[in-house]
Amino acid sequence: MGKYIVKRLFQLIPILIGITFLSFAMMRLAGGDAVTYMYENAGVAVSQEIIDQAKAEYGLDQPFLVQYVKWFAGMVTGDMGTSYVSHRDVYETFISKLPATILLTVTSVLLTVLIAVPLGILSAIKQNKWTDYLIRFLSFIGNSMPNFFAALVLIYFLSIKMNLLPVITNDNVAQSLVLPTLTLAISMAAKYTRQVRAAVLEELGKEYVTGARARGIKGRVIIWKSVMKASMLTIITLLALSIGSLLGGTTIVETIFMWDGVGKMAVDAITMRDYPIIQAYVAWMAVIYVLVNLVTDLIYHYLDPRVRLGGEGT
Amino acid sequence: MIEEKQITVRKQKIRRNHMKAKLIFFVVLTMLLILTALFARAVCPYDPYEQNLLIAQKPPCPEHLFGTDRYGRDMLSRVLVGSTTSIFSTLLLVAIITILGTGIGIACAWKGGIIDTVLMRISDLFLAFPGLVFALAVAGVLGGGVHNAIIALAVIGWPKFARLARGLTLTQKNAPYMMAAKLSGSSTPKLLLKHVLPNIAGPVLVTSVLDIGTMMMELAGLSFLGLGVKPPMAEWGSMINEGRNMLQTAPWMVLAPGAAIFVTVMIFNLLGDTLRDYMDPKQRNK
Repeated sequence: MGKYIVKRLFQLIPILIGITFLSFAMMRLAGGDAVTYMYENAGVAVSQEIIDQAKAEYGLDQPFLVQYVKWFAGMVTGDMGTSYVSHRDVYETFISKLPATILLTVTSVLLTVLIAVPLGILSAIKQNKWTDYLIRFLSFIGNSMPNFFAALVLIYFLSIKMNLLPVITNDNVAQSLVLPTLTLAISMAAKYTRQVRAAVLEELGKEYVTGARARGIKGRVIIWKSVMKASMLTIITLLALSIGSLLGGTTIVETIFMWDGVGKMAVDAITMRDYPIIQAYVAWMAVIYVLVNLVTDLIYHYLDPRVRLGGEGT
Repeated sequence: MIEEKQITVRKQKIRRNHMKAKLIFFVVLTMLLILTALFARAVCPYDPYEQNLLIAQKPPCPEHLFGTDRYGRDMLSRVLVGSTTSIFSTLLLVAIITILGTGIGIACAWKGGIIDTVLMRISDLFLAFPGLVFALAVAGVLGGGVHNAIIALAVIGWPKFARLARGLTLTQKNAPYMMAAKLSGSSTPKLLLKHVLPNIAGPVLVTSVLDIGTMMMELAGLSFLGLGVKPPMAEWGSMINEGRNMLQTAPWMVLAPGAAIFVTVMIFNLLGDTLRDYMDPKQRNK
């Protein structure tokens, strides 16, 4: 196992270099003249000399590859420059906003599991009965609703009409966590209920289930002892992969609810053209995503003795 | 025994006809949507851009079925005209990623070697990215606008199709009939266009129809954040964003375009699901 982890960590290196290079290149190529934008944002007209001087100060006059290597080295050591707008340290800003996003992600994933797993199993057991149809109908509705619209509908009914919850963050973290979590969990749960149902149905169709039934084992025991164990693999993989979409999805939800996490930071940075922040956001999100996938793979290998360690390519 | 078999055959036939009817129903619904989007300007009751502050923020009433926004523009007309931008930009986006991805996938499978390795590593790289995060950054850097939003989502969307098409082409490439076609002297373009493409078109089409809903929501999401379509141009995502601050006083400004996205995405999803069930009998009982 230890050897396998080390091997996987080494395999990550080219991916990380590729991802960071891609995001860096994109910012530099498409981003145009960051310094000019910076002065435009400040609303001052400046001469070419001042622009050149500022470029030299930020290291923007050096060759592309030199800039990339410097930036990458900075990323590893925790020095990612300063924000063009607030002039605060990028790395510190990012780290200070990260816990809020992680909290939101964890609560949403937990709520998603709490909704999707029981409903998915129930739906599979009651296949083609009205319970199944109802659950499938609800999941279909959740699937067709963009999360920003779901968020506003929730705000409208829960906050404005019924006055139950605050719309934007206040000091009571638990209270302000409810709406964003609910929003994210609704759209994710809609998707996962379907997939849990499919995974469980597939297991239920296997011969060992018929065999167990024939031997008189109770349905409940079969479901919880055998079927659940086997479908857990699929479910865990799906959930972990969903973290990727969640990382992007939180940006919109954080913006709506004024949740002070990295997603809102990124959207603010994008509107202000604060490149160092955007770069840090894209690169770190990608790193987190890749690491989450790695952990998923490890769990998968741990849970499933059939998958031989190292037998699979990346 | 024989009787039983006859019944199942008959049942299968009924089921198949049922499937077909369902498919036709959703195709017709989709056509209606597309027609609405095409002729939106002609069917909308008012000028969607004409401001009339006297009737600003009017709740839904017989003259203005979806109410009016803060400039007194008729919401129904704006939702209708918004469908043109929302639906066609999504269809264009899905068409781009389908064609680009499928092309790359076929090329990889057919050529193999270094091209395959390089392109597949690149697609791995994109799949290793949290998609929307990257799209946000691309759209942000390119500076908003529909075209840039489409580019941003296309950049992250193609690898899925490349993977699919590559896998499908590989199985076709080694099929015995392909050998026969090759031996009978068919040229490569003919092999690709007449044999590979028709044989992989089904799953690719299903995937791309199923992708329409997701892409529509992501495109609307970018517009919602102000990175896609810019006001005053009518588009559902940006309309929801405009109405967001007036949720308390004029909820219809959010609900009308929101319902429009919801219904449209639902119709495309239903079409995709039905199409998949129709094309792939193995999935049918699930």
